[in-house]
Amino acid sequence: MSYLDLLKLASPEAIVVLTALVVLAIGLTTGQRTVATAVSVAETRKPASDAFDTTATASALCSFVAALGLVLSASAIFMLPQHAVLFHGMLVISPLNSLFKIISLALAFFTIIVARGDRFLPNRGEYLGMILLGTVGLMLLVGSEELLMIFIGLELTGLSLYILTAFDKSDIRSAEAGLKYFLFGSTASAFTLFGLSLIYGMTGTTSLADIGQKLSAASVSPLLFVGIVMTLVGFGFKVAAAPFHLWAPDAYQGAPIPSAAFIASGSKVASFVVLGKIVLVGFAPDAGSAAWHALIAGWAPVLAVLAALSIVIGNLVALVQKNVRRLLAYSAVAHAGYTLLGLVAGGRDGFSATLFYTTIYAFTLVGAFGVVGVVRRETGGDDLQNFAGLRTRSPLLAGCMAVFMLSLAGLPPLAGFFGKFYLFSVALRAGDNQGLLWLIAIALLGSFISLYYYLIVLKVIFLGLVPSEAERGKTSASIEMLPPPADFLQKSSLSVLAGIVLLLGVIPAPFVAWLIASMP
Amino acid sequence: MIAWTIYITFIGAVVLLFVPCTFARWIALITTAVGLVVSLATFFCDQIDLAHFTTIVRVPWVPMLGMNYHLAADGVSLTLVLVTGITALSAVLFSWDVEHRSNEFFFWLLLVVGGSYGVFLSADLFLLFVFYELVIVPKYFLIATWGSTNKEYGAMKLTLYSFLGGTLVFIGIIAAYATSAKANIGSALDLQALAQFQFPMQLQSWGFPVLFLGFAVLAGIWPLHTWAPTGHVAAPTAGSMLLAGIVMKLGSYAGLRVAMNLFPQGFQMWRNWIAALAVVGIVYAAAVALRQRDLKFVIGYSSVSHMGFVLLGLGTANALGVSGAVLQMFSHGVIGALLFAIAGMVYRRTHTRDLDALATMGLSRTMPFAAFAFVIASAASMGIPGFSGFAAEITILIAAWKAYPIAVWITGVGMVLVAAFTLRALKRSFFDSGVALTGGATSASFVDSGGTSSVSSGERFEPITLAEKFGACLLMFTTLAVGLYPKLLLDRIVPAVEAMRFLTK
Repeated sequence: MSYLDLLKLASPEAIVVLTALVVLAIGLTTGQRTVATAVSVAETRKPASDAFDTTATASALCSFVAALGLVLSASAIFMLPQHAVLFHGMLVISPLNSLFKIISLALAFFTIIVARGDRFLPNRGEYLGMILLGTVGLMLLVGSEELLMIFIGLELTGLSLYILTAFDKSDIRSAEAGLKYFLFGSTASAFTLFGLSLIYGMTGTTSLADIGQKLSAASVSPLLFVGIVMTLVGFGFKVAAAPFHLWAPDAYQGAPIPSAAFIASGSKVASFVVLGKIVLVGFAPDAGSAAWHALIAGWAPVLAVLAALSIVIGNLVALVQKNVRRLLAYSAVAHAGYTLLGLVAGGRDGFSATLFYTTIYAFTLVGAFGVVGVVRRETGGDDLQNFAGLRTRSPLLAGCMAVFMLSLAGLPPLAGFFGKFYLFSVALRAGDNQGLLWLIAIALLGSFISLYYYLIVLKVIFLGLVPSEAERGKTSASIEMLPPPADFLQKSSLSVLAGIVLLLGVIPAPFVAWLIASMP
Repeated sequence: MIAWTIYITFIGAVVLLFVPCTFARWIALITTAVGLVVSLATFFCDQIDLAHFTTIVRVPWVPMLGMNYHLAADGVSLTLVLVTGITALSAVLFSWDVEHRSNEFFFWLLLVVGGSYGVFLSADLFLLFVFYELVIVPKYFLIATWGSTNKEYGAMKLTLYSFLGGTLVFIGIIAAYATSAKANIGSALDLQALAQFQFPMQLQSWGFPVLFLGFAVLAGIWPLHTWAPTGHVAAPTAGSMLLAGIVMKLGSYAGLRVAMNLFPQGFQMWRNWIAALAVVGIVYAAAVALRQRDLKFVIGYSSVSHMGFVLLGLGTANALGVSGAVLQMFSHGVIGALLFAIAGMVYRRTHTRDLDALATMGLSRTMPFAAFAFVIASAASMGIPGFSGFAAEITILIAAWKAYPIAVWITGVGMVLVAAFTLRALKRSFFDSGVALTGGATSASFVDSGGTSSVSSGERFEPITLAEKFGACLLMFTTLAVGLYPKLLLDRIVPAVEAMRFLTK
């Protein structure tokens, strides 16, 4: 294996890294001159127009280069061979991995669009660079079937996301969110690392496939379960499953909106992909059973408990939220619970249901955060009342938000409905005698509760009163000079996202077929 | 061809999003009119074998999971498609005056109609459920945006109840699906195939009540009926018409088509409970209606009471009773819509639905057409021979006599109560105000009372519009036609029902 081969097979990742460096360089050269004025932009909100223009041009350039890099990387993925394994599974190229690399790139792409025009970003180069590095982390994460590389991917993603969360220097909540996320995240990483090292110690290998083989031969030991549970704790944190979800509400609410969108989408998808691989390939022999009449110790009952807790806690707490981002955070906890159902069910069907659900969920959330971002830029907040009368201000955005919310609630003909049907039916078919019925009943009850709070958001949007003229006059004076709330590109990309959610709901067959075909 | 009812309606809904408001009502009118014409043509052309659930369209949808886009029709489903067409057209006619966000209004309205056509024609379990859930959210927006009294509460309550029912249905459906998928019959979600499939007893015994109750929430089964009166009251006129005319039928139809056909033994096990709840519903709702002051509450509770007959008919488990239930679905669809239409007509002009307030207005003089229509509707609702309500209810009661003689006695009490509250509402809303209707003294006493109620008699209400007259006449004609010649429908319903397997032999 020559280095040239390696470079060829790792070209998508390499392209993104290069793009990140280029974007950083652009930010450095153009941002330096205007950084002083740009900070004053954020503070006084009365920029001199020429300084503003320079920053705007530089920002646009950064965004463009970053987006270009992502597109190039995605096209590089199509050039790769169908299957290849490098270094004992450190880098695996398979249809599944390539598919999820593309999805990660697409999510990063939409995140960059969501980030357009945010005014907290005087040094956009750095911000986009961080998003790109996080994307590389996601690609490594989904493209690897080996414990060490998985951990590196986790850390690379995590560190980029911590920085992205704390990026808004003018907002104290952003710093708080970043710190919380970092502290929880590093503790969880420690758990994961400890768990993985225990597994390594028992099996003597870091390749998932080998671990699976060794474990099926080995007898079950308590130490193994300690290792498994510790690993799951770390991933429970990553996917924001209760009771490891405590960072999520603050991070979702405090982080800059594009960062929150990226945490909620990209990071979650990749974590589910890799969690699925670890439990279904690596720990396959120790699945146990979560069926109510045949409870067997293993990772399945652990995940089942996490799922049930997430669904109950997420949905109940979301009911009382007044801030849309916080509401989305708690609903994210609940959705993590639904998604885990597929893994509990296990098998190729279960995994593909999980992946279907988490993918559509990610696209939905990027879209929802995109709308939240526009509203925040327009009204200066993201509480429920800031959304009042959005319908009259922007029917298109209101329509998109309706699609996203109803898909999250799981109503047809949107993707969330099919996703739930797929997940729940797979879970019920798993094992014999419908042993997971208890979990599905909890999930369905949770999804019934969730309709209420999603409808509340829509009620405010469609029926709420527009803020009075006087109020608007007061705020509009101060945001006069700011960029328009949503430009054509943002609106069209939000419509595209809504279109994806609708299309995957009406015609899910091709995507499902693709997922099933690419299963290992 | 009948499949076009669905497509036309959804196409109309999408078109509405892109045209100026001025055309909205015309597009809605054309769409629903075409839907009605198509369903009438299919109903009377006999192209389809109405005795069996005959496939119309069948295209693979998600082959990996055995889902097909599969539409089929028999006499039962076509009857309900027909009532959907009639109610939808008259609902559009009765919302001719909607000016506020009219595009959106008709968009949601058409979604409800299209989804209902879809439910009645689906032959795939998943497809049916998609259409069934599709109807939920449009109802919320229809009521919460264009409704009246306490609209946001009523809309939310109705939506959550519907979704709760949907959740129960979801459990039942995936339980059935998981079982049939394991059994490796060709298509695990195909209603035609599943209607022949023998589900294990254990599943039937718990699956049936979950599934049926889930559907019955929408049919207004006691004690899960409370969404119906509040929802009806809060809804705009067209919304109430659709709710009473179509949406409540979705529940009873799906209960018949899915729950009873898939789980026949489960049905036999639980049918006494269905009949008991139905009888309680009939009497209870009628008794509550007797004490209501709001005209729409009276009608709302009467809907629950009438739907009780449907459930009783289903509970009898013999061909006559189930056919009667289907006939009652049709009949109540028309009568319920007519009653709400009249209430809307009155409310639009007087801005009150309070029976005491209406009693002082002498509306029979100022709105003779509305009074006439209300008399017809009340007669139909009470089950006077010659109207569709009589034909349906007498069929159900005859069938119930075989199965549950006691239920018939209790229902008899309920029918007296129905007559009582209907007459009370009729008198208070139109024929009160001290106008003596006896003998030749009419004019004299009218002058007298004119003095006392000069405030109300003095104001001139705007005349009943042509659209309203058309809509009301359509509904009145239908109830009369079916009442005088029920064979028209029964000829198509009975063979289809007799082909179903859950009947007691």
